[in-house]
Amino acid sequence: MFKILHKDAAAPQVTSLIIEAPYIASHHQAGNFVVLRIHEKGERIPLTIADSDSDKGTITLLFQKIGKTTEELAMLKAGDEIRDIAGPLGHASPIKKYGRCVLVGGGIGSATLFPILKALKREPNKVIVILGARAKELLVWPDKFSEYADETLLTTDDGSSGRKGFVTETLKEVIEESKVDIVIAVGPVRMMQAVSEMTKPYRVKTIVSLNPVMVEGTGMCGACRVTVSNKTRFACIEGPEFDGHEVDFHELVNRLGFYRAEEAEALAKFKSKCKGKCKK
Amino acid sequence: MRARDPQKRSRDFKEVALGLTKAQAVKEAKRCLQCKKPRCVEGCPVEIEIPRFIAAIKDNDFSGGLAVIREYNMLPAICGRVCPQENQCQGGCILGKKSKPIAIGALERFVADYETATEQSESPVCIDGNGHKVAIVGSGPAGLTAAADLARLGYDITIFEALHEPGGVLTYGIPEFRLPKKIIHREIERIKNLGVKILLNWVIGRTQTVDELFQEGFKAIFIGVGAGSPKYMNIPGENLNNVYFASEFLTRVNLMKANQFPAYDTPVKKSKRVAVIGGGNVAMDSARTAMRLGAEKVYIVYRRTEDEMPCRLEEVEHAKEEAIELLLLVNPKEIIGDERGYVKAIRCDKMVLCETDESGRRKPNCSGEEFTIEVDQVIMAIGQTSNPVLVKSVKGLDLWGAGYITTDCDGRTNIPGIFAGGDISTGAATIISAMGAGKRAARAIDAYIKETASLTSQF
Ligand SMILES: Cc1cc2nc3c(=O)[nH]c(=O)nc-3n(C[C@H](O)[C@H](O)[C@H](O)COP(=O)(O)OP(=O)(O)OC[C@H]3O[C@@H](n4cnc5c(N)ncnc54)[C@H](O)[C@@H]3O)c2cc1C
Ligand code: FES
Repeated sequence: MFKILHKDAAAPQVTSLIIEAPYIASHHQAGNFVVLRIHEKGERIPLTIADSDSDKGTITLLFQKIGKTTEELAMLKAGDEIRDIAGPLGHASPIKKYGRCVLVGGGIGSATLFPILKALKREPNKVIVILGARAKELLVWPDKFSEYADETLLTTDDGSSGRKGFVTETLKEVIEESKVDIVIAVGPVRMMQAVSEMTKPYRVKTIVSLNPVMVEGTGMCGACRVTVSNKTRFACIEGPEFDGHEVDFHELVNRLGFYRAEEAEALAKFKSKCKGKCKK
Repeated sequence: MRARDPQKRSRDFKEVALGLTKAQAVKEAKRCLQCKKPRCVEGCPVEIEIPRFIAAIKDNDFSGGLAVIREYNMLPAICGRVCPQENQCQGGCILGKKSKPIAIGALERFVADYETATEQSESPVCIDGNGHKVAIVGSGPAGLTAAADLARLGYDITIFEALHEPGGVLTYGIPEFRLPKKIIHREIERIKNLGVKILLNWVIGRTQTVDELFQEGFKAIFIGVGAGSPKYMNIPGENLNNVYFASEFLTRVNLMKANQFPAYDTPVKKSKRVAVIGGGNVAMDSARTAMRLGAEKVYIVYRRTEDEMPCRLEEVEHAKEEAIELLLLVNPKEIIGDERGYVKAIRCDKMVLCETDESGRRKPNCSGEEFTIEVDQVIMAIGQTSNPVLVKSVKGLDLWGAGYITTDCDGRTNIPGIFAGGDISTGAATIISAMGAGKRAARAIDAYIKETASLTSQF
């Protein structure tokens, strides 16, 4: 059992949980994730570790309500417990001294970038953060990012915060302004694909963090397989970060849609069951 | 052994084999010739005194029979159900030459189940501890056996298990209809009653490293992490939607109970026409599971003949009774997808058997003829290999082949204090051989700790 110590909103539509998990906290490196299961009947879902405090023995998880499990997770309060959390899983991000780095975050994916930002700054590096979202309510931790980043640029699709438009436009300007040594992009698949396509002609190394369907998250089932450089790789143990210029995004999008009908069914059933209790 | 009606059972997840009645068991036991030089014992990887336990059954002393087995084997209710007896004990039985060998597996299951049906709940066993801590990584049959044996010798045992439930393949791989989960739970409770602690969600190599375990005061570590990583065929179309590795398909159903979706949150695709590729237990389990999820047609696609199938005899017989069709001497070469990226067919080569290969089996070669089968789901069950998570985290550990741990026959690795056994040192094998390895390693660990303790106490 893992106790929730604190709950708040990282953005109006993004929940943040601080959870007691001392062993995971003390072994966490930027880029790692956990797999959690809320209760006996729950599914196992991967969530990136957005922050950790090894002295306090806590990890922070960020998520947006997109399906049954995240809806249910959002209903938990400080003091409640999560039945299973395993981690930290996945490879750590390649942290070293690059020079001028750009981190591009889309929606909830930005959470993954926060520990990477802190680690890159420690090297040290110059780090420019570009955060994008559909609207202001989904922009994750803009203040926390700007505390560490050399520059934080915001974009929203509807113009409700920062610049109106996509992250790729801003990224292009940053790259054209002066040499970029690495881009790390995390967010919706379409956004990571667009970023990779944008940086390719500029020959800027681009790392993306993939989010395929996972089951146990320890390399035993192959649910999470992705094609990178024409080879099958297991994202949970060989990733989740890969070279964006080599990822087969088309296949990833296809595989991510495989359980859409079941996901919708589970969510609809959950919402009809907990009518009154389900907070929006 | 009695089994449930194939038509009914192939649509639910309740146990297929019904076991023997008391009268049947005694009658079967009476057939035993009580050989002076019992070949059955030679065939048993843990050398149970089989004639002695059968003699007890003959005398209606069922708990006595069970006690004999327990001297050698902690998990009789499990082994009686899932050991490949035809290649082991029953394969050696002299009666098998002329007629049927003694149903040793069924008798083993009978005494274990008989006890369960009549037993009171067990209270914790008090053992004088010797104060030495030993860590066991992985809670499959190898780890559980090593844990139980060491706990009985007085060691303070902690099992670290990556998943949210203990049992290894017994829990996440083998389906309920072949090995009911309550049997595994009961055996694990028995082991916990010996004082063994089990920490779940604990991935060694990630949550903690082997070095850290030594620093925490563990005197020795046994690695029994299995061979959990699925092998792929490297044919086009393997990543299409609705192509599963058997491990994922079975984990969804067995561990996550996806057959009960949406009451349980994890889904699994229920498909109409299913092709399972492979000829081992994993293939049989996948095919029979697909049938129980409501498939209309399930094929097992295997590149050799039924004689070469590595699965237990009973499994392929049960599969055939459940209307699963075997496509033998057939090798898939491509999985074909539709415009949406979903499986629609597999293209296969027809094979012929040629010269014998290193495994002693005749090697299949392409006949030149090919054909296509229309299916909407493909499950690949062509084998498992070593999982790198733990193995790669231990610096300097000697490995062989595809990343298996090199050990001597008692499970010693090249690093003092680190022992290993089961599928992670042999490659995918059997439950009983994993248990045998756990047992031998327990003895070696005991000897190692006593030796190092006496060395340090001399100073
Ligand atoms: C579907 C299927 C059906 C089978 N049917 C039969 C049968 O009928 N008869 C038979 O004899 N054999 C059968 N087998 C083979 C048999 O199950 C295995 O040989 C046996 O389970 C191996 O035991 P083990 O203890 O070595 O490993 P496993 O049972 O694989 O257990 C290993 C455990 O270690 C855990 N682990 C892995 N990595 C870590 C880590 N880093 N930290 C902590 N824990 C970790 C895993 O989660 C797992 O629980 C079958 C196998 C499968 C997959
Ligand atoms: S999630 Fe199972 S192998 Fe990656």
